[in-house]
Amino acid sequence: MSELTSKTDTVVAAQAATTPDAVLATDAGPAPGKPRSLWSDAWYDLRHNWMFLLSTFLILLLLLIAAVPDLFISGSVSPRDGDLTAHYLQSPQMSHLFSAEWFGYDHQGRSIYARVLHGTRASILVGVMVTLVVSLVGGLVGLISGYFGGWVDSVVSRVTDVFFGIPFLLGAMVVLNTFAERSVPVVALALAVLGWTSIARVMRGSVITVKQADYVTAARALGAGTGRILFKHILPNAVAPVIVVATIALGGYITAEATLSFLGIGLTEAISWGQDISSGKDYLRTAQYVLFFPAAMLSVTVLAFLMFGDAVRNALDPKSR
Amino acid sequence: MGRYVARRLLQMIPVFIGTTLLIFLMMYALPGDPVRALYGEQSVDVSQIAAIKAEYGLDKPLWQQYINYLTGLPQGDFGTQIASRRPVAEVIGEAFPVTIRLTILAFVFTVLVGVSMGIVSGMRAGRKTDTSVLVITLALISVPSFVLGFLFQWLFAMQFGWVTPTVQDSMNVGQLLLPAIVLASLSLAYVARLTRTSIAENLRADYMRTAVAKGLPRRRIISMHLMRNSMIPVVTFLGIDIGSLMTGAIITEGIFNVQGIGNLVYLALSRREGATVVGIVTVMVLIYLFVNLLVDLLYAVLDPRIRYV
Amino acid sequence: MSIIDKTDAVLEPEAVGFDGPLLDVRDLHVEFHTRDGVAKAVNGVNYSVEAGETLAVLGESGSGKSVTAQAIMGILDMPPGRIPRGEIMFRGQDMLKMSEEQRRRIRGRKIAMIFQDALSSLNPVLSVGYQLGEMYRVHEGLSKKAAKAKAIEMMDRVKIPAAAARVNDYPHQFSGGMRQRIMIAMALALEPELIIADEPTTALDVTVQAQVMDLLAELQREYRMGLILITHDLGVVADVADKIAVMYAGRIVERGPVHELYRNPGHPYTKGLLESIPRLDQKGQELYAIKGLPPNLTRIPSGCAFNPRCPMAQDVCRTDVPPLHPMTAPDGTELVGRASACHFWKETVNG
Repeated sequence: MSELTSKTDTVVAAQAATTPDAVLATDAGPAPGKPRSLWSDAWYDLRHNWMFLLSTFLILLLLLIAAVPDLFISGSVSPRDGDLTAHYLQSPQMSHLFSAEWFGYDHQGRSIYARVLHGTRASILVGVMVTLVVSLVGGLVGLISGYFGGWVDSVVSRVTDVFFGIPFLLGAMVVLNTFAERSVPVVALALAVLGWTSIARVMRGSVITVKQADYVTAARALGAGTGRILFKHILPNAVAPVIVVATIALGGYITAEATLSFLGIGLTEAISWGQDISSGKDYLRTAQYVLFFPAAMLSVTVLAFLMFGDAVRNALDPKSR
Repeated sequence: MGRYVARRLLQMIPVFIGTTLLIFLMMYALPGDPVRALYGEQSVDVSQIAAIKAEYGLDKPLWQQYINYLTGLPQGDFGTQIASRRPVAEVIGEAFPVTIRLTILAFVFTVLVGVSMGIVSGMRAGRKTDTSVLVITLALISVPSFVLGFLFQWLFAMQFGWVTPTVQDSMNVGQLLLPAIVLASLSLAYVARLTRTSIAENLRADYMRTAVAKGLPRRRIISMHLMRNSMIPVVTFLGIDIGSLMTGAIITEGIFNVQGIGNLVYLALSRREGATVVGIVTVMVLIYLFVNLLVDLLYAVLDPRIRYV
Repeated sequence: MSIIDKTDAVLEPEAVGFDGPLLDVRDLHVEFHTRDGVAKAVNGVNYSVEAGETLAVLGESGSGKSVTAQAIMGILDMPPGRIPRGEIMFRGQDMLKMSEEQRRRIRGRKIAMIFQDALSSLNPVLSVGYQLGEMYRVHEGLSKKAAKAKAIEMMDRVKIPAAAARVNDYPHQFSGGMRQRIMIAMALALEPELIIADEPTTALDVTVQAQVMDLLAELQREYRMGLILITHDLGVVADVADKIAVMYAGRIVERGPVHELYRNPGHPYTKGLLESIPRLDQKGQELYAIKGLPPNLTRIPSGCAFNPRCPMAQDVCRTDVPPLHPMTAPDGTELVGRASACHFWKETVNG
């Protein structure tokens, strides 16, 4: 017992000696002001972080575009039907904001602006779906193998190794190549099959750390069951790094979808930025805008999720700053 | 140490078998027929197709095909490319050196630029240089490499005329430079960020305070105390990253028309050439596994707290 | 040129003929700028240490005792730290006015520090021999080989068994007590004039604590070094210290020779600290505890910082900051070296 307290003292003293923040945290006495938890501290950080505010705004805007793309274009413009004779590779009219001709027309006479808007839905859907599946599957696998350890962990880890060993994009290419019709769920599933391992690894590591915490031992000593310990004590405390990795990965999945569509083995039905970039590459010399606008939109989308994940990570893990 | 390596090699076997089996199943269990694809739209004699299938053992049950494949591997037998009727090993052998070159070039670029950017940024955490490095890395990560490839193509070939838009001689290192930079961009950004975090974190470590308290000159504190510790996670990441560089090369090669495995994979996939695809993945997995082993060994050299267990 | 001259003066202080205290901290203030405002960690600390003397600085975490030590050592993180006021005189020269290079030469060589947690304070990826030898290589320009020989010699001095065999081992391969001995060896390597030991035994097992403390005291006597011992362990202090400074909320609230202060504390805070030590002769009685928590350093209470927790607090304690009064015996004779920053020190001493 005395050893335990002296250790805690040591830790507190060490923190106090090195960081002034810690001094404040440990010394937050009866004085006015609420005690600050990890999450409220993180929230404080986020509200004052321009990257977070900007990325949140962008993500909300993108979600709105994905939901109702027609809201952002004047008149009713079909992204699929083009008028070759009237609009073949017609240059952008940068002054005609929000009009069909704003970003110009492509080689089939289709409005690039309309296509860019309508391409948002597929990209975001794939990104979100992959992230959800991967977080659930990978999270569960990581939780189980981290918590139970032993042979369960060995088996699960080897299986994870197998999936991790397959190059991500190459594996997705092989899987998708076998489908003639590739809808959003198909592409999402193909990416998820190969992507869950990274979340599983993060979760496993996080669970192993949390498992050793004193409050888990205490809960066990008080007679809490496995289920209760797992979901009441371990999961809430182990989930932060998973959230961060998943948010950042979301941007990566969007890139992966675009890359596959660019290669012609991605989405077949939906309008996709990747496909449009692929068709734009043939006009790189004469009409760069055909490639530029979908590429820019794709990059901004990925950037938004990346910045969001980054900001959340920095807020949750002040050490990385 | 010897025992550790032996144990690791043994552990690799199930992973290797699992990975190749997975790809093998994906390639063969699914519809599509490489032999039929040979003849395109032509009508062909069913018996002719059966004969070719029998020749390559494609008529046997899947598990037997896989066993045959595995037993052939140690002798360097990767099967036969149906389209050209050449051994897959030979086909891969031609394309691989190009991809390896591209990967190594990109790797060198990643290490040199990524690590230095990370060091500069980590040492000035929170200041202007740090912010600009952060913005650059964010941009590099969010712009997909194929977009960056076209951007460079347009800028350096079409606007400045410094290079040809596509690579003419795939074995020419000079010509591979631009594709290598494009390929490196993503890894470079990650390495820069990882190095930055690692440096910034170690700067606050207790042992750094001790080093200052010992009255060591700044140069020594940084080179001996800070760098040794900060580089450990970076080295680990670099090892794993070689795998993703090789996959990334597939796309970069397509943009710049480099005749490496990217090209090969693409053709093989569209022709349902299972043997070629499985062969390429097999080689990549092998490289990945061995690099990982090397990294783990290096890790133990860099960090004495890690023991070979 | 002038830098070299100054450096020489610092390195050879005897030549100047200075005979004041070895270290004299005067009115030192340290603050940290955080997003919650300015945390005033040290608010006008004065203390001095003579050669061969041991000063114990006592206080809870957050009392500013470690920050003061870091300021003396010149290892404060600045920013966010700042020293708005004060002087730190080492052999009569203000170290706060020196160039970074001059201070570096003093660090490790003239003033050395022993940290609390030897495991994290030693570099995990360098062998202990290397880290010890570094002192000789950097400050005395010895070769790698000679430095290693010196390192072994020093490890012997701090009684590490089989020093020659263990010189190439890494910190994690040693036990906690052995690691702390290595820290001590590193601090004493160049026979500095002043050692600052920041909770040197807190992280150790109780049985090992005594051994390490004895070793430190023995070496201090031998080299006639000044020692600043920062601790919250009152037991350690009684054995080794000559005088004590008790800190609270960045101020010294009481100081005096160790035994007199223990026998008859002149500040309610010191009194509380001493009464909260479990004693065998009071077995069965409830242990005294100072109520409340140490103050938030961004919002130090007005008047005496201790007033919200003080059993003797009066109105004056909430308005006026008590100066450090020199204490006198009831008959008016001066109590040498004793002072208390309490408006009611007389009542405390007598009550």
